[in-house]
Amino acid sequence: MPEYKVQFEVFEGPLDLLLYLIKKEEVDIYEVNLTELATKFIEYIEVMRLLDLEIAGEFLVMASTLMYIKSRELLPRDQQVAVEEEEEEDPRWELIRQLVEYKKFKDAAVSLQTREIEQENIFPRLPIKPELAAPVPVKPDVSLFDLINAVNAVLKRVSKRDDMREIFEDKWTVSEKIEVLVKLVNERSNLKFSDLFVTVTSRSEVVCTFLALLELIRLKQLVCIQSEDFGDINITKAPEPTAALVEASSSTTSSEHSAIHNPQSAIS
Amino acid sequence: MELKFILEAILFSAQKPMSPKELRDLLGEAAEQSEEAKPFKKVKEEPLVAALEELQKDHETAARSYRLSCVAGAWQFTSQPEFAPWITALVGLKVRPPRLSQPALETLAIIAYRQPITRAEVEQVRGVTIDGVMQTLQERGLVEQVGRAEVIGRPMTYGTTALFLEYFGLRSLEGLPAAEELRRIPVTKPESLLTADAGLATAPPEQQLPLADVEKLTEQTPPPNPA
Repeated sequence: MPEYKVQFEVFEGPLDLLLYLIKKEEVDIYEVNLTELATKFIEYIEVMRLLDLEIAGEFLVMASTLMYIKSRELLPRDQQVAVEEEEEEDPRWELIRQLVEYKKFKDAAVSLQTREIEQENIFPRLPIKPELAAPVPVKPDVSLFDLINAVNAVLKRVSKRDDMREIFEDKWTVSEKIEVLVKLVNERSNLKFSDLFVTVTSRSEVVCTFLALLELIRLKQLVCIQSEDFGDINITKAPEPTAALVEASSSTTSSEHSAIHNPQSAIS
Repeated sequence: MELKFILEAILFSAQKPMSPKELRDLLGEAAEQSEEAKPFKKVKEEPLVAALEELQKDHETAARSYRLSCVAGAWQFTSQPEFAPWITALVGLKVRPPRLSQPALETLAIIAYRQPITRAEVEQVRGVTIDGVMQTLQERGLVEQVGRAEVIGRPMTYGTTALFLEYFGLRSLEGLPAAEELRRIPVTKPESLLTADAGLATAPPEQQLPLADVEKLTEQTPPPNPA
């Protein structure tokens, strides 16, 4: 037996198939001959069965509805069951109503699709916010006590959320944190003190970060500015970096041991 | 100075789409800071939106390469779609999720126009089950549960989200094409349905008096005098 390959249009459901058949007839939905349509629909289902396509239950329900309509039509008109007003909808009318409704939403889906494609080609104007000069800080220098105060607040916050978590090795060192800090300051012109501790997970990490900050301030790499009382502390690069970075990390490696060994005692 | 030009200048420099409320707040803030802006300190929402719409029309009439769009109630300048090739070359392709499938679009259309709507009601219109499609639409955040219908079983009802409006660039649900018509499709039943090869097995009509006519005749005969 010769093998035929038939390309099938894929129908979303029985209503879709019916609309396709009506379209092929080139008639208005309201004027379609339902008995003829029933025959065609069932022919289609037969083909689908021949092709071993899985026929969804909905198609069979529709086929039986169409057969019911057809069987009613076949009776002589005077013997047809009169459609009782309000008791039962005329099945023909019910089907046509459903088809009209479905057709309208199918059209609406097409217009949505047009919009979907159009949206891919529409670009918003997204200007960049002009960089404006930062307001002059009211209180340019931050004392050591201000910093300790701030780090204390962070530590309190960290210990508060400590009640349940995984235990892992503290892998942070001050020199690593110095590198991270220098990188952060280079990336962002305006770094806030609180930004440093957004991702910290442990007390010792807070301490390491803080010691790194102090070290960089000591080496005159960074400056801390607090523009208003009790406001956020801003960290910026020192106007004229004097000490080289290499020196910064190497000098800390020596002092690191004492600080890391017992981070808690370092700040208390 | 005209309000619409002030709004135009704001939207031209805005970093994000601006809602009428944000624009009003901004007008108020500007009035605090500058003497010039005082006359526009308190602009009511209605004239503000009217000014935005007028501005939108101006740009439309001018037929420029960009337009003033209102998506989900927020206003923004956007390019016209036909210039996409050049803008794409400049900024790269827009990052968007894959296009929706035909079943998804149909289902979405029904929900958009008929919300709040239950799953069963959508299935009735489409004539197929919509489980998979509904899941996709919900995962993509275009459709969400909005409540429960007051019918037996209290099934969930669904509606579209703000993301739906954004995704399709719609101002509001009223902005859906032919919204009024599709919300309540007025399908008028025609006088007679020309569906049948009427009575394929009918005996020629002249041979018998249709039952209906017989009934009519009996009805018309005056009842016997009760007295």
